[in-house]
Amino acid sequence: MIRLEDLSHLQLDALKEVGNIGAGHAATALSQILLEKVDMTVPHVSIMPLSQVDQVMGGPEQVVSGIFMRVFGNAPGKIVFLFAEDEAVSLADSVIRSNLGAQTDCDFRESALKEIANIMTGAYLYALTRLTGFNLLPSVPALANDMAGAIINTALLDLGAVGDYALLIQTQFSLISRKINGHFFLVPDPDSLELILNALGVGTGWKK
Amino acid sequence: MAEFAVSRAPQKITTLGLGSCVGASIFDPLVKVGGMIHIMLPYSSMALKSENPAKFADTGLPLLVERLEQLGASRSRMFMKIVGGAEMFKIDGPDDRLRIGARNIEAVESICQEMSLPIVARSVGGNTGKSIVLNLEDGSVQIRMISGIIVI
Repeated sequence: MIRLEDLSHLQLDALKEVGNIGAGHAATALSQILLEKVDMTVPHVSIMPLSQVDQVMGGPEQVVSGIFMRVFGNAPGKIVFLFAEDEAVSLADSVIRSNLGAQTDCDFRESALKEIANIMTGAYLYALTRLTGFNLLPSVPALANDMAGAIINTALLDLGAVGDYALLIQTQFSLISRKINGHFFLVPDPDSLELILNALGVGTGWKK
Repeated sequence: MAEFAVSRAPQKITTLGLGSCVGASIFDPLVKVGGMIHIMLPYSSMALKSENPAKFADTGLPLLVERLEQLGASRSRMFMKIVGGAEMFKIDGPDDRLRIGARNIEAVESICQEMSLPIVARSVGGNTGKSIVLNLEDGSVQIRMISGIIVI
């Protein structure tokens, strides 16, 4: 199995490109739901010690809405969306196109957020499928409003069984009309990483 | 995550954002020496490769006890409090990997029994994230959640 610490620049660039194309599709999907422009950042591919992963979004105690999905198929993995809690509410309301006021535990909103994640993930995975020839399908989304650390650590747990590092392909989305920044993470399962790199033509033969 | 620390009064030890992980605090009230470990997974045999024994209950807990003994704590006086092991995401269907919280709790409890470490308080399971602070003056553990604070 490929060690994350040993990935070459070329391999990291290839993964970044995967993130770019996938996130581009996902941003377009979001833009079509909201009927407004969605900006996205160039993806950031990072390899970090598991003990530091919870620093990625304003520290481990930052309260966020996290949506979690497993990816099934030829190259399984996980997808996690993180939004600051108030921005998640605002995003859900713009999809529902109404203001539900201060009902915080609103099933309708959670459902809207899950649906947004579902549609964006579908678009992302479609792009990845086209690039790699793999068959990839998302699970039903699960949602939690809680500390970022608790959410991210849970999403990464089974990586701990194979190594001490995590690979994150991270993209940030933002809307022009209101302040909503979403973070999107694709976390390939350890065995999937090598499969993806091979499918992209930068397999282990390309090491360094 | 997957780290541990030991110290003595008047210090405090903290770990932030526990989800499915288990935060185990061990304290010796006589010498006021204690430690905390943030356990990610139950057994090191689950691992293909890891250079970090603190990640697993079965390798981390004995390591923590050993370090506490080096600081003058006695095994016979030590007691333990455990927090965490939540199921953060409720997903329908059999995905065992997401029930890791419950498996972490089971592993910690059975290892403590083998090591004769009494567990005197616990706040485990559920589906909320927790941050904990172990106060080495009295061995109390403060638990912060987004819904409020409790002390065990």
